[in-house]
Amino acid sequence: MSETSEPLVSAPVSPSRAKFLRFLIRDAGVLLALVLITLFFSASAPYFATPGNALKIFVQIAINTVLAAGMTFVILTGGIDLSVGSVLALCTVVGATVMIDESLSPAVAITLALLACMATGAACGFLNGWISTRWKIPSFIVTLGMLNMAAGAARVVSDNSTITGLPQSFVDFGNLIIGGFLPSIFLVAVLVIAAGWFVLRFTVFGRMIFAVGTNDEAVRLSGHNPDFYKVAAFTISGLTAGIAAMVYLLRLNIGSPIAGVGYELNAIAAVIIGGTSLSGGKGSIIGTLVGACILQVLSTGLQLLGVGDNFKPIVIGLVIVLAVILDAYRERLLRRIR
Amino acid sequence: MPMDDAILSLQGVGKIFPGVVALSDVSLSIARGETHIVLGENGAGKSTLIKLLAGIYQPDAGTIAFNGAPYQPKTPHDAQQSGIRIVHQELNLLPYLSIAENLMLENLPRRAFGIVDRKALNRRAMALLKEVGLEIDPRTRVETLGVAQMQLVEIAKALSYDSKLLVLDEPTATLTPPEIKRLFAIIKRLKAKGVTIIYISHRLHEVFEIGDRVTILRNGRLVATRDLHGLSVPDLVRMMIGRDIADEFSFDASIVPGKVALSVSNLKRNAATPAISFDVRHGEILGVAGLVGSGRTEAMRALFGADPKLDGVVEIDGRPVAITAPKDAVRHGLSLLTEDRKGQGLLLDLAVDKNITITDLGKVSRHGLVNRRAESAAATDLVGQLRVKASSIEQAVRNLSGGNQQKVVLAKWLFRGTSTLILDEPTRGVDIGARREIYQLLWMLAAAQKGIIMVSSDLPELMGMCHRIIVFSKDRIVGEVPRSAFDQERILSLAYQEYVRP
Ligand SMILES: Nc1ncnc2c1ncn2[C@@H]1O[C@H](COP(=O)(O)OP(=O)(O)OP(=O)(O)O)[C@@H](O)[C@H]1O
Ligand SMILES: [Mg+2]
Repeated sequence: MSETSEPLVSAPVSPSRAKFLRFLIRDAGVLLALVLITLFFSASAPYFATPGNALKIFVQIAINTVLAAGMTFVILTGGIDLSVGSVLALCTVVGATVMIDESLSPAVAITLALLACMATGAACGFLNGWISTRWKIPSFIVTLGMLNMAAGAARVVSDNSTITGLPQSFVDFGNLIIGGFLPSIFLVAVLVIAAGWFVLRFTVFGRMIFAVGTNDEAVRLSGHNPDFYKVAAFTISGLTAGIAAMVYLLRLNIGSPIAGVGYELNAIAAVIIGGTSLSGGKGSIIGTLVGACILQVLSTGLQLLGVGDNFKPIVIGLVIVLAVILDAYRERLLRRIR
Repeated sequence: MPMDDAILSLQGVGKIFPGVVALSDVSLSIARGETHIVLGENGAGKSTLIKLLAGIYQPDAGTIAFNGAPYQPKTPHDAQQSGIRIVHQELNLLPYLSIAENLMLENLPRRAFGIVDRKALNRRAMALLKEVGLEIDPRTRVETLGVAQMQLVEIAKALSYDSKLLVLDEPTATLTPPEIKRLFAIIKRLKAKGVTIIYISHRLHEVFEIGDRVTILRNGRLVATRDLHGLSVPDLVRMMIGRDIADEFSFDASIVPGKVALSVSNLKRNAATPAISFDVRHGEILGVAGLVGSGRTEAMRALFGADPKLDGVVEIDGRPVAITAPKDAVRHGLSLLTEDRKGQGLLLDLAVDKNITITDLGKVSRHGLVNRRAESAAATDLVGQLRVKASSIEQAVRNLSGGNQQKVVLAKWLFRGTSTLILDEPTRGVDIGARREIYQLLWMLAAAQKGIIMVSSDLPELMGMCHRIIVFSKDRIVGEVPRSAFDQERILSLAYQEYVRP
């Protein structure tokens, strides 16, 4: 517009270099931690570095990964969803009830069950989001309420008993290991993560999720409705709880009203370890996947090392706290680099 | 000035951020008891210099001595212990606490068992507020205040402690003449008591009243330190930007306002406020003047749907429209640039480009997917037009200098390109060169038949820019002055009107 001002003084860290450093600190850090932990257990724990154990880990992280994917959306907007564990329980009994309906062919029953799970989960999530935005109640409280309500509903639906007798083809698919190394349920988890990654990274919707978590008032004054995105994030979290319920059915073959107890905490831990900030606006879903892996590798590795069930939670708890401390440092480093 | 007389001296100080050398080889000595002005373009390094003194950043090179001893503050607390008080450019109050609590946070009056003595707290707060001329209940929560009021609270907070060195980083950016007058009186009083003051401003006319010497920074380097006496505004500008710039305002008389673009009638915010009416035409720049707290910002926010309103009709191009939330306003072609850029305008942790496109992502996306290339191109274009100084458009806005952040807020609404723009303090903290570019841009918008409402605490700016000025006083519109009758005294006396009347 006018005469050019003096050029910027050349500086020690160029923008592209800063971008690379940013990547290293934000994403590669967690990945590096995963690699180090894996190497540690491979060297020290018997049977850890065997194909069989790797398969087992893949199978075991599937449920948590799916839950954590949806949780990432909620935490990115600055909320929290404590209800996913019991919503999962509700969905397992709903799904199992539909699936064992004798009058339906297996294919139809399975499809309907999947839809029922997703619809139930999404409905619970929508309620969470709608109530907390409509009456401006912290999501912590609302989802705590939902945790209890969904658990109760699961008991009502199942008449307080486990539901068995799922179609054989369904059970078979759950046990399937594609190509001898890829368990079908892990594939489901990876697909959910991939979908979440795509949405957060490339879509307008994903951009808005980050923006709302960063400063929802600025978003509102820019002519948007931040509540819409918050409700959507909770709905997604409910939806993934429904999908996770299907994964649960595939893996354990029973619908149970007492399934999923404490799952919400594992999901939150995976998200936080993966580098998503509890205050919203910052994080990545790939980090969440890595976070879920770290949790499971630790748990399995400690078990193989013979660390008793009493000590295991202590170690895992310490790791979670450590992750949050590291996150604070990471923030400070990132601020210097941007 | 002899060195032994110096209270603060910097030797070869440098500070580097990734992509930017914020300060390089700055040597400066501040004499005890002087009022030292620091000037420079946006991003010149003024605030960085202050943050080194505050213990927020540590220098990468050079040394600082304070009171004859080496000075290496690691935290803001260290700085306070040494007797240095700083009012930062960005406001740092705790929104959910009361004014009184914010003022006395570090030194709450206590009774037995550590219980806060509310009475003493509010009494002392009241006295402090009175000193800066903010007549408001100290129990009010800070989040309900306007930016200028927050600024006054920050100043009062700094005054509540005895300090040897008081630093004010753009304290007057949002203030109107009476508060500025009062602030200057305070500065003179402190000076008489022997307090040393460092003062940063982009309002070049005001610094002559209080300053002894001036230091000018450009691109992180020290250009000169001079006696202010005998210098003129053009001298300062030349040193700041290395060239002369023409007359600050170039009112373009060829732009003739057309039909009414936006009209507001009987807008009532709540039962206690009077109803107000005004309108702006296509191709017109309407100025909105008034003192701090006179209800200008609140009226604009209510009109835009940012705050609830009780009553009132908003018409756009003669058609009444229902606005209950900002999204309605934006859909009907309104923009509101808010005065509080940090709290309401910016996504501080997101990049420059993402901040700009947030107002209209549809423009740079297809089928719900963001087209990063189009986004970068659009952002780069605006960043160039407004000369935003950033290491790249992917830099987080948090790390831009204050004036450059302000330009990003403006850019985001220019990106949306609505037919009517409400700009609340659009040039807050923007340097004189960039300000001129913004003025020209506003003229271009007016020439393109956009309606522009410009709220500003800078009266000369309004008088230079506007076709018409409406004046607020105590939530009421007390007068409308056409360009032919512009007169600073007249506008000011209108602004005072409702306050002096019993
Ligand atoms: N934390 C940071 N990280 C990276 N760059 C930074 C950081 N803080 C400041 N900068 C850069 O340093 C330069 C100097 O910024 P500074 O805030 O000191 O400018 P200023 O003179 O106060 O400008 P203004 O008049 O706009 O307030 C700017 O280019 C800014 O982008
Ligand atoms: Mg500054």
